[in-house]
Amino acid sequence: MWAQIPYRCRVKSIIAENLVKHYRQGEVKALDGLSLEVEEGTVLSLLGPNGAGKTTTVRILSTLLRPDSGHATIAGIDALKDPAKVRSVIGLSGQYAAVDETLTGWDNLVMFGRLYHLSTAQAQARATELLAQFSLADDAKRPIKTFSGGMRRRLDLAASLIIKPRVLFLDEPTTGLDPRGRQEMWGVIESLVSEGVTLLLTTQYLEEADQLADRIAVVDHGRVIAEGTSDELKNRVGGERIEVIVAEGDIARTAEVMKRVSGVDATIDNGLRRLAAPAPKGSQNLLELVRELDAEKIHPLDLAMKRPSLDDVFLSLTGRPAEEVLPETDGVAAKGGKR
Amino acid sequence: MISLKHSILDAWVITKRQLLQLIRVPEVLIFSTIQPVMFVLLFRYVFGGLGAGIKGGYVQLLMPGIFVQTVAFTLAATAQGLAQDMEKGLIDRFRSLPIARSAVVIGRTLGDALLNVVVLLVMGITGFIVGWRPSSSILHIAFGFLTLLLFGYSLSWIGIFMGLIARDARAVANITFLTIFPLTFLSNAFASTTTMPRALQYFAEWNPVSTMVAAARDLFGFHNTFGATAGSFPSQHPLPMSYIYMGLIMLVFIPLSVRRYTKKSR
Ligand SMILES: Nc1ncnc2c1ncn2[C@@H]1O[C@H](COP(=O)(O)OP(=O)(O)OP(=O)(O)O)[C@@H](O)[C@H]1O
Ligand SMILES: [Mg+2]
Repeated sequence: MWAQIPYRCRVKSIIAENLVKHYRQGEVKALDGLSLEVEEGTVLSLLGPNGAGKTTTVRILSTLLRPDSGHATIAGIDALKDPAKVRSVIGLSGQYAAVDETLTGWDNLVMFGRLYHLSTAQAQARATELLAQFSLADDAKRPIKTFSGGMRRRLDLAASLIIKPRVLFLDEPTTGLDPRGRQEMWGVIESLVSEGVTLLLTTQYLEEADQLADRIAVVDHGRVIAEGTSDELKNRVGGERIEVIVAEGDIARTAEVMKRVSGVDATIDNGLRRLAAPAPKGSQNLLELVRELDAEKIHPLDLAMKRPSLDDVFLSLTGRPAEEVLPETDGVAAKGGKR
Repeated sequence: MISLKHSILDAWVITKRQLLQLIRVPEVLIFSTIQPVMFVLLFRYVFGGLGAGIKGGYVQLLMPGIFVQTVAFTLAATAQGLAQDMEKGLIDRFRSLPIARSAVVIGRTLGDALLNVVVLLVMGITGFIVGWRPSSSILHIAFGFLTLLLFGYSLSWIGIFMGLIARDARAVANITFLTIFPLTFLSNAFASTTTMPRALQYFAEWNPVSTMVAAARDLFGFHNTFGATAGSFPSQHPLPMSYIYMGLIMLVFIPLSVRRYTKKSR
């Protein structure tokens, strides 16, 4: 009976409290009191630029790394006190595909199945199932070395699903994939989520978080600087905006017009010749602007009504665009050193 | 909480993975046997003349030396294999699985030991073809090979430790090579120690490679003395001394490695 009570919605599958982690004897502060919670059966996306601390968070929550301080609870299990138990309920697919490249996809999945203590027959059956589910059945007998990046990534994800984990960690699952590979991966992840897994997903792509996540935690310098649904975050930056692109010579005059229409100064990107201003009255402001521009004989090259993107969210939260690589991560975060 | 049965099974899955690699990429097996075979042939025919006065010729001294040198390089192979797995993130994946924490390192050392079985077999046959004739009993010969395998196995654990602390696989390859290569030459493996400078003679005398070489020679029916002080323990009792070394190495490096593997926080 009580199974029908929506208590599930309130169960937290992942809890991180005040995680702090330093690298190199305290020289690098990777996590600076990071806290987050993920409800059972939902998707939380950790969104942040290079070096924000996403991988470190995932590594701590998946028991690969001990934090200097803080607590982590996965599916009700204390990850610091009982890491072995946590490992039997989680799946992890790290930032770089981690499978044995000399072996075939089949070999890998059977091996991982055996390591999850399935019998040989069970491991083989599960491998067949997963290879089919991830459209890799035809390439099952090829060494991973010959796989494309997208195929590798899918195999890596398959390997983390052998035991149907209750909690899944995916660290930048689509980084390095082409748009098609990304679409495919999104499809795969969406179907996993529909099966009820709790997912923590890290990404640098705002649209990815938007697409896949129920809630988004924006991470910067090792802490969560904002958390909420995509809409909530967007609302924090304000409502709708108008964006206009005009010829170089028209920028100044357009700015004046926009100020008149929206009541505040427009933000101007001279390089892109793009002006943006809030539109508190929505499409009414847009119509007004069109009329005014026409009266001034300004012909916009592009004119659009926009809800703020997560890019805008990031910009307004941190004061810099999400893509910008932080200077201190340039040298320190050599790929090899991150493992 | 992870039962002994699971620990053994887990390690065996990792070992099997390495054997499977040999099947999927046979080049590895081929090259790891060709190299020692080439050594046998080169030394046999380039330095063959050194054996004037040795009963049965230089090859009787040489083969145990090359056997030991080859199994000593297991250290490098183990270290490099592990470092590569770490670089590829595979070790992280293993560490996220509910398996015994010793499984990955034990599995790898066993895999490398099994590879040594094949390599020693091929070398033994090659040696026999070029004139190596062990003169001891079949039991002694078998014990000789077993001891060689164990020697390689114990060194594997140093390899595990070096692989775990290393920053990248190529550095590991260089460091291990630079350790093993001099060790095998500053010994009695290929030339008599009596012609070395005095200080090196002492070194060679206590060098585990020397005691292992002398022990193997004894077990294959060819006694020889070495070192600066012929009366010292290693040169008098090379076989027990070799086992003492192996025991010490494993006593130190197995716990160190398992600890390091578990704690690894890079
Ligand atoms: N092994 C390490 N040694 C030293 N510093 C490290 C190590 N791993 C991470 N760092 C540093 O910790 C910080 C957080 O790194 P982390 O890998 O968690 O970031 P990230 O958000 O995953 O970045 P990316 O998007 O580049 O993957 C960075 O400044 C990074 O340079
Ligand atoms: Mg990362």
